[in-house]
Amino acid sequence: MNFIDAKELLKLCESEKLKISEVMMKRETALFQSTIQEVLERMGHSYQIMKNSVKRALNEDLSSIGGLIGGESKKIYSRNQNAQSVCGKVVSDAISYAVGVLEVSSSMGLIVAAPTAGSSGVIPGVFIAVQEAFEFSDEMMTQALFNAGAIGYLITRNASVSGAEAGCQAEVGAASAMAASAVCELMGGEPEACLDAASTALTNVLGLVCDPIAGLVEAPCQKRNAMGASNALISAEMTLCGVRHIIPFDETVEAMYRVGKSMPSELRETAMGGIAATPTGCQLCKTIFD
Amino acid sequence: MKQISVFDVIGPNMIGPSSSHTAGALRIARVMHKLAPQDIAEVTFVLYGSFAKTYKGHGTDKALVAGLLGMSQEDERIKEAFEEAKRQGLKYKFEMSDSTNIKHPNTVEIIVTDSQGNQLSITGSSIGGGSISIDQVNGMDVFFTGEYYTLFITHEDKPGLVAHITNCLSVYRINIAYMKLYREHKGKMAYTIIEADEAINEEIIDKIMYNNKVHYAKIIDI
Repeated sequence: MNFIDAKELLKLCESEKLKISEVMMKRETALFQSTIQEVLERMGHSYQIMKNSVKRALNEDLSSIGGLIGGESKKIYSRNQNAQSVCGKVVSDAISYAVGVLEVSSSMGLIVAAPTAGSSGVIPGVFIAVQEAFEFSDEMMTQALFNAGAIGYLITRNASVSGAEAGCQAEVGAASAMAASAVCELMGGEPEACLDAASTALTNVLGLVCDPIAGLVEAPCQKRNAMGASNALISAEMTLCGVRHIIPFDETVEAMYRVGKSMPSELRETAMGGIAATPTGCQLCKTIFD
Repeated sequence: MKQISVFDVIGPNMIGPSSSHTAGALRIARVMHKLAPQDIAEVTFVLYGSFAKTYKGHGTDKALVAGLLGMSQEDERIKEAFEEAKRQGLKYKFEMSDSTNIKHPNTVEIIVTDSQGNQLSITGSSIGGGSISIDQVNGMDVFFTGEYYTLFITHEDKPGLVAHITNCLSVYRINIAYMKLYREHKGKMAYTIIEADEAINEEIIDKIMYNNKVHYAKIIDI
């Protein structure tokens, strides 16, 4: 079982009466000679790493190598506990968890690059906040990671998830699309709705540049992960309410890639444009490396 | 085209912060860990391009030492790699090069010296997402990626050697995906690099080493 675009994926879901996550699991076992149990175990392990990274940021004092970030996860979480959150619990938890994973990553801790290290906060943030809110089991969340994986696979295959190649829209954009689709499936959305949610999330960040201060995966990456998590949640919410996406997923992915290709190299991870190239950004770069 | 696994997308599981500057750097050094003799006394890392400019901010230096010590990209001790090197009596140093004669912006040359004074060097590039390529061994241009089960063999440049190696693999039903042969001069030292679909075990290595024109054979699984 294999598919190379969303059209083929939807056809398989329809003809086999399967969810996107189930098609992706079958694809994995067919192409890589493994069993369903093996791939579920391996994905379950990845989910535990995600959970641990979120927990670490809430419980430990982490300092990043470049010193630009550290402690943000705790701050957001504790205000959410002690005062009325502006965003509501799920979004507030999701952003608190998402920024925490970046703290773990930038202090040389263990994370799952999903799809990249720079965007590694989005999926854990969304998944763990949604799991807590709706009391889903770890098994359900692990299966939903295959749904996210299907979206990530299609973007990797037909475009790019690399900031150096196509900007932050490709990294955090892909992570948002993956999480949005997975949440849609978890909440009972049909495969088509999942792809709509993914398209919406990707479209929302079209053109987003990759401009890390001093070239480090710290700022503005950390907050972009918070944005990515909330983007995933609002995209899933809109789709579940029946607000559909007009442009098909495959065409959206292609559009994202074209935008990425037309970005100047200054805006693709070189730290020579955007926020990185501001006077303060340049000064920080000097302070860190001299 | 190599198929993309769900674990390439939800993964790799790695120590941050950067797949190219941390995990990729570690994997290049891990190739050296597999290739080099057990008793490495000293190592020099020569950093080029973006590695030379930003290595500190990405923990590239710790990742390189950790890889040489054999740690995997998931190992939470990477952060303490310098202390671990001291414990194991490994001397390490870093040199920055501003040479632009490199194939890729993230390049490192690793030179190790064993307790007898023998040297071995490799040059590798981190090409994105944690993927790497090894571009030189002892100054000779080569190419392999570590994505497959890889076998690295040095042997004399004599007739029948390649037949001997492929025969050993066929006995164990190993399917060769890619095979490359490099040599210094006609009749001198040659390198054979095999990338296979199936895992290669020590028993096969023993069979290959049985021929006295084979100097050494190493399995590179990173």
